Amino acid sequence: MNWRSIWAIARKDLKEVRQNKAAWAPAIVVPLVFAVIMPLVFIILPQVIPVDDVQRELGDIDALLRNMPPALKAIFDDKSLEQMFVIYMAGFMLAPMFLIMPLMFSSVVGSDSFVGERERKTMEALLYAPTSDMELFLGKVLAAVLPAIGLSWLTYVVYAIVVNAASFSLMGGLWFPLASWWPMMFWLTPALAVLGISATVLISSRVKTFMEAYQLSASLVVLVLALVFGQISGVLFLGVGTVLVIGTLVWAVDALLIYLSVSNFKRSSLVAKL
Amino acid sequence: MTEKIIQVENLQRTFGANRAVDGMTFQVEPGEVFGLLGPNGAGKTTTVRLLNGILPPSAGTMRVFDLDPAAQGELVRRQTGVLTETPSHYERLSARENLEFFGTLTGIAPADLPRRVDEMLSFFELAHRADDKVETFSKGMKQRLALARALIHQPPLLFLDEPTSGLDPEAAQQVNDLIANLGRRNGQTVILATHNLLDAQRLCDRVAILNKGRILALGSLKELARKLWPVTWVDVTLFNGASAESASASIQALRGVRQVSAEKESLAIQVEAEEIIPQVVSALAANQFPILKVKPRDYTLEDIYFALQAGEA
Repeated sequence: MNWRSIWAIARKDLKEVRQNKAAWAPAIVVPLVFAVIMPLVFIILPQVIPVDDVQRELGDIDALLRNMPPALKAIFDDKSLEQMFVIYMAGFMLAPMFLIMPLMFSSVVGSDSFVGERERKTMEALLYAPTSDMELFLGKVLAAVLPAIGLSWLTYVVYAIVVNAASFSLMGGLWFPLASWWPMMFWLTPALAVLGISATVLISSRVKTFMEAYQLSASLVVLVLALVFGQISGVLFLGVGTVLVIGTLVWAVDALLIYLSVSNFKRSSLVAKL
Repeated sequence: MTEKIIQVENLQRTFGANRAVDGMTFQVEPGEVFGLLGPNGAGKTTTVRLLNGILPPSAGTMRVFDLDPAAQGELVRRQTGVLTETPSHYERLSARENLEFFGTLTGIAPADLPRRVDEMLSFFELAHRADDKVETFSKGMKQRLALARALIHQPPLLFLDEPTSGLDPEAAQQVNDLIANLGRRNGQTVILATHNLLDAQRLCDRVAILNKGRILALGSLKELARKLWPVTWVDVTLFNGASAESASASIQALRGVRQVSAEKESLAIQVEAEEIIPQVVSALAANQFPILKVKPRDYTLEDIYFALQAGEA
């Protein structure tokens, strides 16, 4: 395996994506919304609106807390109404939203890298390069996965700073991240980044344009929305155990998709589509 | 015996019912400029892809540098450079970044890469635009950059697919001069896939004329002309009102002369071989016929190509 070639392909793809506004614009806007705007709204809101309104909102939270596993429920013990609201929103409700990022970043870069290369007719010259199919595949996968994980982690860090800073006086100190966020960052986020790219590779063999690939792979966000609604409905809470289980399931799906992607990623099939 | 760079035997490649390459057999010698000529769909690009191991054959055997491209494509591609028919670049990157990328993939050592990139940029007169994005380049500049990309690792075997396509006459001339030099000065072997017959005639030592995936004829221009037209014609113009009719009578009986037609001061003489022409000229001179001009009829690659394609039709 020639790692110099693999890194050259990954670096080249990243340089190219940096120049493609359609590809990187979501990578700036979405983290900004998730990491800065949304937490500020949900943390500042209970501090400025009347306690009665918070109480009304917390009526729903009470119902949810009844369904929560005891370990998670303990986080809310001895907390004021405003504190409960902040923990509930910033610690639980917004959590699944962060899982959109690794999926989205890796599928955007992957779409640009796999389908965009064909669309811009640069694929043929690349196929004539003295690299193996696996090196080509790995270079392109790394170009999608590494920035997806890196940007997601950066967004988590910014979110943690914003949440702690905005709620410091209300909570009386640093309280975030909750325990469940650690496996989310280091287990589930990489798994979703790999899911985004491996699904994109498979999709890219069936579509002709970057936008088609992007739109199709973006439909994976439905998986994350299921987690959001799971929490809202009280069916599923992202505790440590749940995150580890979901992460393991996603890694299993990743293994299958990567196997299919690698079998699919052959020069002979790529050249036939030029 | 010279080691062959390429040896192909009964090579076939089908796409569904379509036979893109249909039983080709040919060999290429080191340092040769070898043309693959034919209309669109003749199988030129597919042959280039097969020989570089990016497409496996359906049947037949091929060896490039004594390697099997289907099984050892990576090793073959280390020694080949390919100018594709649509020489697209990474337009959002600069010329330098494009060359650095391909130079890395072709295995140029990191310490040598900047020097090699600079050499290529200077050679192809792109040094002044080295750090500009390729999307700002003219078509001719992009073609030169594509050639630089194909040559950056100094491959001993070069595949050029329609290298002058879409270029203005000056740029096409530059590219053709470069191709001529590659074979004759640098000793590189060049496979030129084209339907530009004038370029092929000027550049190629031998050609394979293709149609629908098959080789219709293979050889040098002279060999192909002789196969198609075994007899030779020579036109003789006499000086200052000399009678062609009388001159015709004086050479008709010569051995090797098949047919003579005369009109005013001109003679059209069909001979069995070029070697007969000096005897014809000597006979005319011996009989005091003043000769102004002797011109053996040349066949161009275009004559050969169209004769073969018409025969095929």
